[in-house]
Amino acid sequence: MQPEVTTMPALEVTVLVSVGRHPLTGRTRRADQDARGVELARSLADAQVRLLHAGMRDESSEAALRGYLGMGFTQLSLLEQPEGADVLPALAEALDATSPHLVIAGERAERGEGSGLLPYLLAERLGWPLVSGLAAVESVEDGVATLLQALPRGQRRRLKVRLPAIVTVDNAAPAPRQSAYGPARRGAFETTAGPVSDDEEWAAWQVQPARQRPKRLKIVKAASARDRFKAAAAKAEGGGGQVLTDVSPEQGAEAILMLLREEDVLR
Amino acid sequence: MLDILLPTLIFAALVLAALGAWRRVRLWRRGRASKVAFLRGLAAMPRRYLVDLHHVVARDKVMANTHVATAGGFVAALGLAVIVHGLGLAEGMLGWLLLAASATMFAGSLFVVRRRRNPPARLSKGPWMRLPKSLMAFSLGIFVVTLPAVGVLPSGFSQGVGGWLVALLLAGVVAWGLAELVVGMTWGGPMKHAFAGALHLAFHRRPERFADTQHGGYPSTGLKALDLDDAEAPLGVGQPADFTWNQLLGFDACVQCGRCEAVCPAFAAGQPLNPKKLIQDMVVGMAGGSDAGYTGSPYPQTPIGEHQGSPHGPIVAPASTKDGKALVDAETLWSCTTCRACVEECPMMIEHVDAIVDMRRHLTLEEGATPGKGAEVIDNLIATDNPGGFDPGGRLNWAADLELPLMADVERAEVLLWLGDGVFDMRNQRTLRALVKVLRAAGVDFAVLGNEERDSGDVARRLGDEATFQSLARRNIATLSQYHFDCVVTCDPHSFHVLKNEYGAFYPPGQESSYPVWHHSTFINQLIESGRLRLAPGQASRVTYHDPCYLGRYNGEYEAPRAVLKALGVELVEMQRSGYRSRCCGGGGGAPITDVPGKQRIPDMRMGDVRETQAEQVVVGCPQCTAMFEGVVPPTGDEEVAVKDIAEMVAVALDTTPEATLAPRDASTPQATEEVMS
Repeated sequence: MQPEVTTMPALEVTVLVSVGRHPLTGRTRRADQDARGVELARSLADAQVRLLHAGMRDESSEAALRGYLGMGFTQLSLLEQPEGADVLPALAEALDATSPHLVIAGERAERGEGSGLLPYLLAERLGWPLVSGLAAVESVEDGVATLLQALPRGQRRRLKVRLPAIVTVDNAAPAPRQSAYGPARRGAFETTAGPVSDDEEWAAWQVQPARQRPKRLKIVKAASARDRFKAAAAKAEGGGGQVLTDVSPEQGAEAILMLLREEDVLR
Repeated sequence: MLDILLPTLIFAALVLAALGAWRRVRLWRRGRASKVAFLRGLAAMPRRYLVDLHHVVARDKVMANTHVATAGGFVAALGLAVIVHGLGLAEGMLGWLLLAASATMFAGSLFVVRRRRNPPARLSKGPWMRLPKSLMAFSLGIFVVTLPAVGVLPSGFSQGVGGWLVALLLAGVVAWGLAELVVGMTWGGPMKHAFAGALHLAFHRRPERFADTQHGGYPSTGLKALDLDDAEAPLGVGQPADFTWNQLLGFDACVQCGRCEAVCPAFAAGQPLNPKKLIQDMVVGMAGGSDAGYTGSPYPQTPIGEHQGSPHGPIVAPASTKDGKALVDAETLWSCTTCRACVEECPMMIEHVDAIVDMRRHLTLEEGATPGKGAEVIDNLIATDNPGGFDPGGRLNWAADLELPLMADVERAEVLLWLGDGVFDMRNQRTLRALVKVLRAAGVDFAVLGNEERDSGDVARRLGDEATFQSLARRNIATLSQYHFDCVVTCDPHSFHVLKNEYGAFYPPGQESSYPVWHHSTFINQLIESGRLRLAPGQASRVTYHDPCYLGRYNGEYEAPRAVLKALGVELVEMQRSGYRSRCCGGGGGAPITDVPGKQRIPDMRMGDVRETQAEQVVVGCPQCTAMFEGVVPPTGDEEVAVKDIAEMVAVALDTTPEATLAPRDASTPQATEEVMS
């Protein structure tokens, strides 16, 4: 957290942390994926890690945010926002001002909208590349980070991305360390009042608890253990689809547009 | 010649001892402040020594008599020697008394010699091996130099060249004895235990434990609360100087007899813990240095000489220093099951468990380094109020058919039945059903808290998470305060102990717990004795009873479960280690959660004890013990020994003849409960 004085400029990392929600009891807590993001940041060599949260400050959210401080931080930057505000402009402005090399976030929030769109909107606003579903950051050299992206069934894809960039963390990233009570209690909030922009659409929404959707049972008709294993380990059969290589950007865009029309995403 | 030498030697030794004492006191004062009743403690010290300490020492008759002769003889001989030889007052009886005292001490030292000839593994060697010789040197030397003083030898026997040599020789022997027994007492020799031990008894951190042990009470086993409101107070013990000064003094009192080592279940299982070594390591940390000078059994799997510490250095090396070693390894602290066998056996009244939990508090609260599943369990406790992370709204799912009266509905009941986290465990649900059946058969008016109940906080506290424990305790106390009941009954000794002994410190100012807490075995015994519960004895089986640590050693309840078994008419065979010497099942103190590997498992060893008795069943009174024992795989060819909770034993022996079932009934007893399975 406090970088040692080295000849290399320290890698400045900002982790966006949110107030999480326990799935069973609904109590606030440190959000699991955000905590994984913090753990990822802490595992980077020579990184100067800053925690950033935009939102309301009250008793329960403070307790949850202290959960991140308990992972060994002395302070957390807090952009105070009223309930229901759109935190995007405030975050974008704060990131623009501090210009970190790497921004780490969870895939989606555990409370509120939880659309998972925030990192994308931030990337769009800042004009930075975004990599989703990270399992690890392998190295950072000369402003280029080598990342390991998590794919289904334990597969990994190695990517290189030029910094600054925004990355989101997958559940495959290492589990977060324990949050200790002492540092959590001592840690300080560095509060700044960011620009507030009301989210008018959100104000008009009606929020109700989600109903758990029934899951389709996967019926495996297998005679032997080997068949059952194969069925469990098999890749999802996509059926259709095509791999385009060596095509011009226009052709690629055309193909994507066609697919979106086929799938009724675009009409 | 001797007339000059002896007083010089004696007073030189006393001055050196005083210097050493000053230095030693400064070492203890490195610890944190702790309030003690100074004069009252000193005044109570002789009684604590003669009654409480000897109550423990006398468990080994030969050693107790040896100690009485040697120590008593020494104290008398030293005092008299100062008068007779130091001040030259040998008139009348004094010289003869000194002869008698040194002779008694010599007789005692012969037994010490005998014990040191083939010392058991639990005893430390090194300087301790020369102690019997030093004892003999002192007693023999004083005896011989006193002979002229009483006129048995002519006082001129040391005249002439030969006499000079004899005098020098005698002075040398006495000097050796004085050096070991007087100077060594305060300069860190084996006799340090006498000096530090006496003061430790006077300034003990738990003075209340001496209050009424002779009346069978166990008043002081609850852990001391951490003051979380004081932001300056350290959260637990991270360096030796974080202990209170009287804790450090207590460590220094250790006589290295190894009785703790002999009873420690973790040590026997080959986990890296030896209570004796741990206390010695704390002494090393207090004074600063390496453990290379330790001459007892090491921590299993851990060589001696690799660890060192200092008063303000870390006790456990921080996780960031890979393979770093400090005073002790974290695994050592996490191996403890908090069974208190070491504290029960310790003749010096040292509080090992307090120290271990203090150090665990630092690891959990400051370092966030609870090993194994510890962090997950603590997170679950914070988020769901139970260690398994189950839905707290489902605490009564197991009893959907029992129509248990809820405190929230009835608000007043004779008994508040504390169910514990066993409600989520299918094995313990059988025990709970049996207990409900028994209570209903006796017509007890009881009610449960249902979903308002939370984990008692036992596991959080033993894992060092005092913050979560206090949060759970305060919320449980608030819930309990809403209702009216005569007593709390629980089938979980851990909840029992925490509710009975540890919640008292967390009541809001002006309030205090006003209800007795009973373990179900005690309560069932009361029901039997008062005639409310009728049993139909006739189970012809051979059983043995395992004393749960948190019921027995923590709360002194050994009799009630045995009385219940007697009322059931079963044949009870005791294990070799039962009662206050009962061996832990391995389930306490969060040990199954932190799961430190050893050579064997603690429950396997305990089930070995059970098998030795050739009992068909082992009766327990604790959900943890049940779980640990049922997890034991019997050796090939052996029959499985059934593990039964005492409530289950009673539930199948209920007298269901019509005249017995006329017990008074009330609203809490629906008619349809006779089919309740056991």
